[in-house]
Amino acid sequence: MAEITLVEAINMALARAMEEDDTVLMLGEDVGVDGGVFRATDGLLSRFGRRRVLDTPLAEVAIAGVSVGVAAQGFRPVAEIQFMGFIYPTIDQLVNHAARLRNRTRGRLTCPMVLRAPFGGGIHAPEHHSESTEAMFAHIPGLRVVIPSSPALAYGLLLASIRDPDPVVFLEPKRIYRAVKEKVEDSGDALPLDTCFVRREGSDITFVTWGAMIQETLAAADELAAGGVSAEVIDLATLKPLDMPTILDSVEKTGRCVIVHEAALTAGFGAEIAARLAEHGLLSLQAPVVRVAGYDIVMPLPKMEHHYMPSSERVVAAARKVLEFS
Amino acid sequence: MTEDVDIEIKHTCFLDSQGKVIEPLPAFAEDPKTLIGLYRTMVLTRTFDAKAIALQRTGRLGTYSSSLGQEAVTVGGGGAMLSEDVLAGTYREQGAQFMRGVTTVELFTYWGGDERGSNFAGPVNDFPISIPIGSHAPHAAGAALAFKLRDEQRAVLCVFGDGATSKGDVYEAMNLAGVWKLPLVFLVNNNQWAISLPRAAQTASRTLAHKAFACGFGGEQVDGNDVIAVRHAVAEALANARGGGGPRLIEALTYRLTDHTTADDASRYRDDETVGEFWKQEPLARLRNYLSESSGWTRENEEALIADCAAEIEKAAEEYLALAPASPETMFDYLYASLPKDLAAQRDEVLKKAAGDG
Repeated sequence: MAEITLVEAINMALARAMEEDDTVLMLGEDVGVDGGVFRATDGLLSRFGRRRVLDTPLAEVAIAGVSVGVAAQGFRPVAEIQFMGFIYPTIDQLVNHAARLRNRTRGRLTCPMVLRAPFGGGIHAPEHHSESTEAMFAHIPGLRVVIPSSPALAYGLLLASIRDPDPVVFLEPKRIYRAVKEKVEDSGDALPLDTCFVRREGSDITFVTWGAMIQETLAAADELAAGGVSAEVIDLATLKPLDMPTILDSVEKTGRCVIVHEAALTAGFGAEIAARLAEHGLLSLQAPVVRVAGYDIVMPLPKMEHHYMPSSERVVAAARKVLEFS
Repeated sequence: MTEDVDIEIKHTCFLDSQGKVIEPLPAFAEDPKTLIGLYRTMVLTRTFDAKAIALQRTGRLGTYSSSLGQEAVTVGGGGAMLSEDVLAGTYREQGAQFMRGVTTVELFTYWGGDERGSNFAGPVNDFPISIPIGSHAPHAAGAALAFKLRDEQRAVLCVFGDGATSKGDVYEAMNLAGVWKLPLVFLVNNNQWAISLPRAAQTASRTLAHKAFACGFGGEQVDGNDVIAVRHAVAEALANARGGGGPRLIEALTYRLTDHTTADDASRYRDDETVGEFWKQEPLARLRNYLSESSGWTRENEEALIADCAAEIEKAAEEYLALAPASPETMFDYLYASLPKDLAAQRDEVLKKAAGDG
């Protein structure tokens, strides 16, 4: 079993899903001949043919809307939006149609589609290519929002998303598309879509994070460990639905929580977690919940990007503040 | 460089406003039963509209969009379809939906504000009514893609109004349908008004049919008050699409004889005199005149039909009004295939409240 990157794991999951189910289709801009701008769909066209891997015109509304229509009539489309900066025209389709088709027809028509998009900063990409606006999607009832943070999680969560009978927004942290390699077996085993993953066990403080920030957070946990602090790191993986029991159990044990996300602070998804901790975990908390997040500013262009991205230093500093609170 | 696109747009009309035949009729129109069937659904649609407005005005139905004056477009379009085709329409497709087997009770239920009204027992693959303008056009393309990928001899009819042709969604769907040669027919109900905006202010395109040519397929116009013309043109386009001929756009020219919806007051932006002129073109009288001439349709036939439709609509309205309300927790039960764990508490809260209220 070879070690593979996150984007290779996505490719492996896509191929697996297409192999096992004839109704799974790929569509999007440059997903066919070019194999996707990040190569996530590389090789799928030659393996599965033009009827299942569809290069679409450059039209994001059509990509999402055609996915709704083809899903309603029995297929399982996996649509790629090239970058999150171009995903916003699809929100109309997601809010008004994909997320409510089952409900508004009382189950007569359904929408088993996956909308994939790379997201997040840190790769010195052009303007509009680096935002993290996952909270917008987590706010939409009827959707699932999934963000993998490792090759193995990407494989299992994407398979689960494709097999799920409802629409899933699957956001891929492109900064770690190729940053981490691990052994992933092409087992066909899916992972649950309603569970957080404890990536590191600890007893003094709980970190909750997702996507590329898992790297900074694990690095911060290493640094704290050197000073004798035992940090637990929870990878949210599925923002919607949110698995609070895992987080509450952890905080019951540690009494302290720092939430890390690269999205802007205000109304970021960390706010939802903090609110639920306040409501259901107040008596476990020995210190205020602190968020380490992007600033409430427009994502800077590459020259200043590193000032924006939460670093392990910021995570450690926040942890120390929380640990020292009394 | 020429200033205008010099494309001749075909215009089809068989019956003039008096119901006189001006072109040789298509074969289906030789059968009086077919025409009487179309006429009946047009009368039923108008009766349904009147009852729906009466129910709305008395607080027993939600905001409602009548199709008054546009019955030939909707009934002709729906009547042109085969049962295995799929309809993706907006909120003025009552006649098409009735032709497809959606029941009057289901439509009252939907407009009454109850999701169960979109759970059609008849055309189970038809899309529900789509309220946001034009955003259903890509769904029609998706459904057509499904048929093409499965090599099925089926087509999709996508209906929208003149205003929708200004939307990017509609262009994206038309463009994709053209380049993928999808089995899809776009039927534009050009009723001349997008709420208060007249057709002339909507687009500088000479006709709406012209827009098809930029997407690589044909566009044509029909007299949207002549149900024979609508049914003929749409049926021909659907047959062409099923046979692999790709999409087509049909612009049906008609007129919205009443307010946009029950929440609108058209007197704010147009005068009654103009509307009055268009009453002379309306589709029911036109077909009735023709039936009287050609098939001996009598005053007795007419009165019997009106009484029959009125009775059917009254019965449907009673059934709708007597429908037991859905239990409130069902708000949660169709959102996902299975209820996510983190929603269970909210569902329980609603259940508890309902039990307390009872």
